[in-house]
Amino acid sequence: MIKIENLHKRFGKNQVLKGVDLDISEGGIFAILGPNGSGKTTLIKCILGMVIPDKGEMLIESKSIRKSWKYRQQIDYLPQIANFPPNLTVSELIRMIKDLRNKPAEEELLIKSFQLEPFLDKKLSSLSGGTKQKVNLLLTLMFDSPLIILDEPTSGLDPIALLHLKELIQKEKTNGKTILVTSHIMSFVEEMADEIVFLLEGKVYFKGDISTLKEKTQKESFELAIANVLKENNA
Amino acid sequence: MFLARNLLCILFFSVVVPLRGQVIEVCSSCKAKTIKKGIALASELDTVLVKKGIYKEYNLVIDKPLTLIGENYPTVDGERKGEIIKVKSDNVTVDGLFIINVGTSYTEDYAAVRVIKSKNFLIQNLVLEKLFFGIYLEKSRDGRVFHNKIIGDAIEEYNSGNGIQLWYSHNVVVENNIITHVRDGIYLEFANDCTIKSNISSDNLRYGLHFMFSNDDLYQDNLFENNGAGVAVMFSKRIKMYKNTFKENWGTASYGLLLKEINDAEIRGNIFKENTVGISIEGSNRIVYEKNNFIKNGWAIKVRGACYTNTYVNNNFLYNSFDISYNSKLNDNTFDQNYWSGYTGYDLNKDGIGDVPYRPVKLFSYIVNRTPETIILMRSLFIDIIDFSEKVSPVFTPDNLLDNYPLMKKHL
Amino acid sequence: MLKILKYSFYDLIRSRWSYVYLLFYLLLGFVLLFLNNDLSKAVITLMNVIIILVPLIGTIFGVMYYYNSKEFTELLLAQPIKRSSIFIGQYLGVALSLSMSLIIGLGLPFVFYGLFQSNTIWEFSLLLITGTFLTLIFTALAFNIALYNQNKIKGFSYAILLWLFLAVIYDGLFLMSLIIFESYPLDKFSIGATLFNPIDLSRILILLKLDISALMGYTGAVFQKFFGTNQGVVLAIVALLIWVFLPTYNIHRKSKKKDF
Repeated sequence: MIKIENLHKRFGKNQVLKGVDLDISEGGIFAILGPNGSGKTTLIKCILGMVIPDKGEMLIESKSIRKSWKYRQQIDYLPQIANFPPNLTVSELIRMIKDLRNKPAEEELLIKSFQLEPFLDKKLSSLSGGTKQKVNLLLTLMFDSPLIILDEPTSGLDPIALLHLKELIQKEKTNGKTILVTSHIMSFVEEMADEIVFLLEGKVYFKGDISTLKEKTQKESFELAIANVLKENNA
Repeated sequence: MFLARNLLCILFFSVVVPLRGQVIEVCSSCKAKTIKKGIALASELDTVLVKKGIYKEYNLVIDKPLTLIGENYPTVDGERKGEIIKVKSDNVTVDGLFIINVGTSYTEDYAAVRVIKSKNFLIQNLVLEKLFFGIYLEKSRDGRVFHNKIIGDAIEEYNSGNGIQLWYSHNVVVENNIITHVRDGIYLEFANDCTIKSNISSDNLRYGLHFMFSNDDLYQDNLFENNGAGVAVMFSKRIKMYKNTFKENWGTASYGLLLKEINDAEIRGNIFKENTVGISIEGSNRIVYEKNNFIKNGWAIKVRGACYTNTYVNNNFLYNSFDISYNSKLNDNTFDQNYWSGYTGYDLNKDGIGDVPYRPVKLFSYIVNRTPETIILMRSLFIDIIDFSEKVSPVFTPDNLLDNYPLMKKHL
Repeated sequence: MLKILKYSFYDLIRSRWSYVYLLFYLLLGFVLLFLNNDLSKAVITLMNVIIILVPLIGTIFGVMYYYNSKEFTELLLAQPIKRSSIFIGQYLGVALSLSMSLIIGLGLPFVFYGLFQSNTIWEFSLLLITGTFLTLIFTALAFNIALYNQNKIKGFSYAILLWLFLAVIYDGLFLMSLIIFESYPLDKFSIGATLFNPIDLSRILILLKLDISALMGYTGAVFQKFFGTNQGVVLAIVALLIWVFLPTYNIHRKSKKKDF
């Protein structure tokens, strides 16, 4: 599905990605982890074409994505911070994104499960953070694309919405989609991820499933395993 | 006015009276086949009636009081051989002819009609084309030039002549003429007590109207448009200029009205519109400017020094790029109760007069005088800022040049 | 691109700021006409306002819109849309909504006071055309500044500086150099220097209409040709078009390379 070779990116003096090699197969949930500043978001943005890498090759479904934009039709992306044009109402925003992507979407079900009906005619500037995040999720998940990228999907969600989110992600997985997630909530990652990609100092430190990581670090819990990795590398 | 009407009556009789004489007809089948022959056949106070046709004649001398009148505009074609009609007698009327092809010479000023040392003449209803000089009045007086149309084809100043020229001629009325494309529309040299009225002088190479060494003349209700320069009044005294319109006289040395060495003139009720310079003044004293409208000129008034005791009262200065330009720091002229569209003051006691004096000379006009290219910066914010600072504390412009009683509303 | 333009425009014409802007012009127009009751005088005053204020508002609005819609831009960037379309679309959205406020805000009072019956209609249209040009140019310049500066404060400062430079300082330097080198022929230099400042260009365009009689008083042959024939108007408009095109092209170019 995604193949990344020797990816480099530098922001000024700061070398963020120092040769990332990554191969993500089709289907399943992949969690991208790493300490702050390890390059998670940069990596995701590279995949999305928002950040242009200095060196390296990226292929999605065996096609290079350099200087291309049509491949993004295959991706649903949930940005970290949800901030929308303040003068639009929720339903206008939904209509607008549908219009921009020019693709069929199923928003009805999502509106119901996130209980967004009362907010449809409200302006986005008047919504609370959590509601905005729900709208954000709705906008991402209403399309049917083979690759879904979620940047911190859990932030600001109440427990019920979180539950819905988990269900939705599982459902997409069973539909055979590839899902990339970043999150700081380890329990969420442990519960959801089939495989984790651990980034450290701009490189892939570990890629594999959680049990392999536990074995490697000889720790009982996933959280401790991660902490152990960080400690060993003085990060 | 009464005098003018009297004059009209006299002129009227001078036209009618000769009609009591015999009428000599000139046509291809008449006894007199040429105008020359017709004039020769006529005796004093007769009328020579020229029928429609083309007469290739020049040097026609009228040396006795008679009326030469054309019927349906017969053409007199001079074939560029010289002067066409010469009037050498008092009480002559020339009327209703179409005169073309006056000779051009560098030594003699050939004219379509020349009046020499005569009185009580009337030159009217002529159409002149392809001319050198049009109507030339030489040492003549008490005559009238009325309702003629003079259409020149002048291209260069040095080989073209003037439309109507008065030389040592006094008490002449020039009225209702249309003059275009000659050197000077109307030119007065040593001509006193003349009236120039309701003429249209446009598209002339040099001046619409030009005074030299002429005193006590009046010109009013004329239109001067798109000439090299509108009107030049030079070395003359007591000229009255009333209700004329000076329009679109554009060019580097162009102006609506030029005053040079003029004293005691009156300039009232004129309109100066869209000229590069409305009035350009040099060495002129004791002149009254009253109730004139200066509209959208580059410079409404450009003073080039040595001008004393002039008064500017009740004029409207509307949207000129510069109101007044002044090249010295000394001011002896009075500005009082004018309306200035650039005035931004207030009138708290509502007496119609602004409470803050208006300073018509801007620093920028001083800068432009010095470095003309800076004109490209006109209306720039930077210029507004330096103009403002000069207004607050004058350094370069005369600090007593101000209108202490600027009007709040246009003077009607 | 048209879709982005549509949404940016739609977003903007419903924002408070466009109403403030529109109201400002409406008020300005009515107050000017009420105080003067004279179209030609109002046109001259407006000219001063337009030449200074339109660039200022264009720059500030452009920078503000760019920074305020940053996250939304990121959302758009993840959509299957060409990058340059996003920015050009947003730019045009801002510029057009500003131009529309200008045209409606000033147009209404003047139409109300009998613009169509007066002979100032050409001056007025020229004023609006110039205003639109300035909006297009300065919004584009603002977008450029914002694209090159992540830091909002820095971006705002540069935008204000740019405006201050082009509106005031440039002319000051221009005037000084003309006075210092007054003994040299300066025709070409002064026309050239004008072309490098869109505010000066617009000013010249309006001068050609309002002050042609004064401009004809200058003796230089180059000036005569520039001001006296249609050459001046044509050249000024071409230069303004280039001024619109270059920054817009740079938005296109820069937006392709930039990381978000």
